Amino acid sequence: MASTAHTEVKGDNFHVTEEPHHEGHSTVIGFWIFLMQDMLLFCGLFAIFAWLGGHYANGPAPLDDGTGQPLFHLTPVAINTVIMMVSAFTCSMGMVNIRKENVGAALRFFGITALLGLGFLFMQYREAVNMAAVGATIQTSAFLASFFVIIFTHCLHVIAGLVWFVVLAVQINLHGLDDANERRAVCFSMFWNFLDITWVIVFVFVYLMGVLK
Amino acid sequence: MSPDTPHLDPIFGRLTLDAIPFQEPILLGTFAVVVLLGIVVVGVVAYFNAWGYLWREWITSVDHKKIGIMYIILAIVMLVRGLADAVMMRLQQAMAFNGADGYLPAHHYDQIFTAHGTIMIFFVATPLIVGVMNFVVPLQIGARDVAFPFLNNIGFWLTTMAAMLVNLSLFVGEFSQAGWVGEPPLSGLADLPGVGVDYYLWALQISGVATIIGGINLLATIMRMRAPGMTFMRMSIFTWSSLCVNALIVLSFPFLTIAVSLLTLDRLIGTHFFTLDAGGNPMAYVNLVWVWGHPEVYILVLPALGLYSEFVATFCSKRLFGYNSMVVALVSICVIGFIVWVHHFFTMGSGASVNAFFGIATACVAIPTGVKVYNWLFTMYRGRIRFEVPMMWTISFMFVFLLGGLTGVLNSIPAADYVLHNGMMVVAHFHNVAIGAITFAMLAAIDYWFPKAFGFRLEPFWGKVAVWSWTIGFFVAWMPIYVAGFVGVTRRTRVFDDPSLQPLYIIAAIGTAIILVGVVAFLIQIYVSIVNRKALRDVTGDPWGGRTLEWSIASPAPDYNFAFTPVVHDVDAWADMKARGYKRPTEGFKAIHMPKNTATGIIASILVFIFAFAVIWYMWWVAAISFLLLLGVLIGHTFIYDRSFHIPEDVVTRTENERTRLLAQQG
Repeated sequence: MASTAHTEVKGDNFHVTEEPHHEGHSTVIGFWIFLMQDMLLFCGLFAIFAWLGGHYANGPAPLDDGTGQPLFHLTPVAINTVIMMVSAFTCSMGMVNIRKENVGAALRFFGITALLGLGFLFMQYREAVNMAAVGATIQTSAFLASFFVIIFTHCLHVIAGLVWFVVLAVQINLHGLDDANERRAVCFSMFWNFLDITWVIVFVFVYLMGVLK
Repeated sequence: MSPDTPHLDPIFGRLTLDAIPFQEPILLGTFAVVVLLGIVVVGVVAYFNAWGYLWREWITSVDHKKIGIMYIILAIVMLVRGLADAVMMRLQQAMAFNGADGYLPAHHYDQIFTAHGTIMIFFVATPLIVGVMNFVVPLQIGARDVAFPFLNNIGFWLTTMAAMLVNLSLFVGEFSQAGWVGEPPLSGLADLPGVGVDYYLWALQISGVATIIGGINLLATIMRMRAPGMTFMRMSIFTWSSLCVNALIVLSFPFLTIAVSLLTLDRLIGTHFFTLDAGGNPMAYVNLVWVWGHPEVYILVLPALGLYSEFVATFCSKRLFGYNSMVVALVSICVIGFIVWVHHFFTMGSGASVNAFFGIATACVAIPTGVKVYNWLFTMYRGRIRFEVPMMWTISFMFVFLLGGLTGVLNSIPAADYVLHNGMMVVAHFHNVAIGAITFAMLAAIDYWFPKAFGFRLEPFWGKVAVWSWTIGFFVAWMPIYVAGFVGVTRRTRVFDDPSLQPLYIIAAIGTAIILVGVVAFLIQIYVSIVNRKALRDVTGDPWGGRTLEWSIASPAPDYNFAFTPVVHDVDAWADMKARGYKRPTEGFKAIHMPKNTATGIIASILVFIFAFAVIWYMWWVAAISFLLLLGVLIGHTFIYDRSFHIPEDVVTRTENERTRLLAQQG
């Protein structure tokens, strides 16, 4: 272990003779902290949705888009949630193969993850287009602003994940699975699982509870 | 794009020649001075042909000590700017009585008080604190650098670019007129359609991201890179306060990011988060911004409290009284700091029970703070106090801070707040704490660690002049403002109707002049010390009889900090080593593994600056290009795998032998 702060120190030795090797030893914990603050970002957006999510301003509401039809169609969103969860599973399978140093299989699983991510984005795009068709855009009301900003923020994260996948695949092809690339794969998989967890919360908190409001 | 600017130039967006304030003589004069100073700086660098040196040794450096020093230089430059704003406000308020209009038009005055607050918090106090933490923490925990050296570099350059954005607004366009927290609906597009608020928002956004990056970095550093034997309960109190502060940064700054982003969306694409129509609610912004803003207060003050603990222990030559209670006090202030934000707007009308909760929670902060004050006093009790400049700052702080703390408790009472809200009492209170705790601590810290950074001490005479001028100036400047607050004067007032208030404001202006003497004395102190640097040379590396690890190495600290990673047995590691007859190793040095410099930080930050400027002025094509380039640069950076090098054994040996020789000369 690089950090030896917890090793028992006795006697009068005031300096070490063998230096620990530090490179990359903090990456995973640093990325964890980053993800935690990113989660807080979503928490803030959820708080805003909790406050403003009921302010329809006589415009579209979750159960009535103005034409008597519901604005939130839960079936495609539920499908999307399943897509996201499956992608988290394939991502973890990729990670298992990284641990086994099975690079080809790992990249294939990560590739499936990315494809599922693309599918997720397509479904979200369709939802936004359908909503815009009935005049429900981010500018319409405080409810829709706080709704769309959560969805867009999540989609931006997914897009970032896709770009990351492409870059990582290129880098693993260039340098093989060295220590640096393995750390990057670990962080990528943490990131994708974080996206999945966040989406489940979005599904419950925004869609399901939005319909109940 | 924006609804009220239909005729946008496709190339320059809404930027026209009218944006340059030719009609304002004050601004033109300032611009001339800045250009002149810029020419002088460029001339000096060119004369000494120092471009390569600057680029290699500073701009692209990932050395935590150099980045810390650059943060502090940035803060001092911005302090001069913020102070100029303060002097202008004090002059205006002292003049504008009996029908006189003062010399500042409302449009300009409103920008000045906004810029003063924004600059002092984001570009003076924050960089000072980040700079000192950056410099000191790795040294105190016996590390050779931070966990993420590149992030450290990019964090500094982002902060600098954000500060440049604020400065640019002086000469191209305008700055926000909505106060330093920019509360809607005033900061919305309907009331302030100009570029001022956009400059403000992007400056905050960029510096906020930079601060989060720095926070993650130092958290990981303190958690993972402590020297062997340094358990959590053996860290110095300053390292403890840094740990708490960086946790606070990571926990609170996301909320600033949200507040700023959503207001940007309101202004840029016409959403309705904080507008008065279509279901928006301005109080949502106010809550978000203070969920960040109150922890921010503790982010600024906790490192200061940590610093005073260091000074008291060192200059009384004693172990700090009540180390454990100090740690508990720090952590409790951290936790309580998150449940007090509503006290910034009791008048929102959340109801008696909510206000009572937040009022009591606020008053509770006084308990751990009191514990700390008593610990300092008990450390001094029967200590052999040495009245060096940092210790004088500390003693001055105890008087000023006690007053500021007590008026804070007064403000925490919701019923009183209904009278005091938005008044000069509040302004006097937070300046009392900001000056008495934060500024004093940072000036003392510069004095204390200057030898470790540059190898020579600061000349004490001018330091003492600075202490006395700041202390006296503080009381002269702010006691009348307390009085004005008690008689109900509101803040941010430009002209006054009641002539009986004028003496108060004239006294306050005199106090500001005394503080100005303190700042000038501080600058003279640095100048005089540079001139006399040979006489002030610190050979021992331990000029104050220090107690923590940074004093065990040479002054200035070598690039690699520690030739051998130290092993820690006690809280005051260096004091323990000295007491047990530690002999400095003089042979057996090895090559040392260090991170490589990188130019990505500054290139990416300049692109961020261009992007923000383009968005502020609606130059969409520039924004698109700079954003794509930024992505390219950042992704390109991940393709650099070779990020470290070894300082060769003979270089380490030579450096350490030189120290051996100097120490032997000393006798």
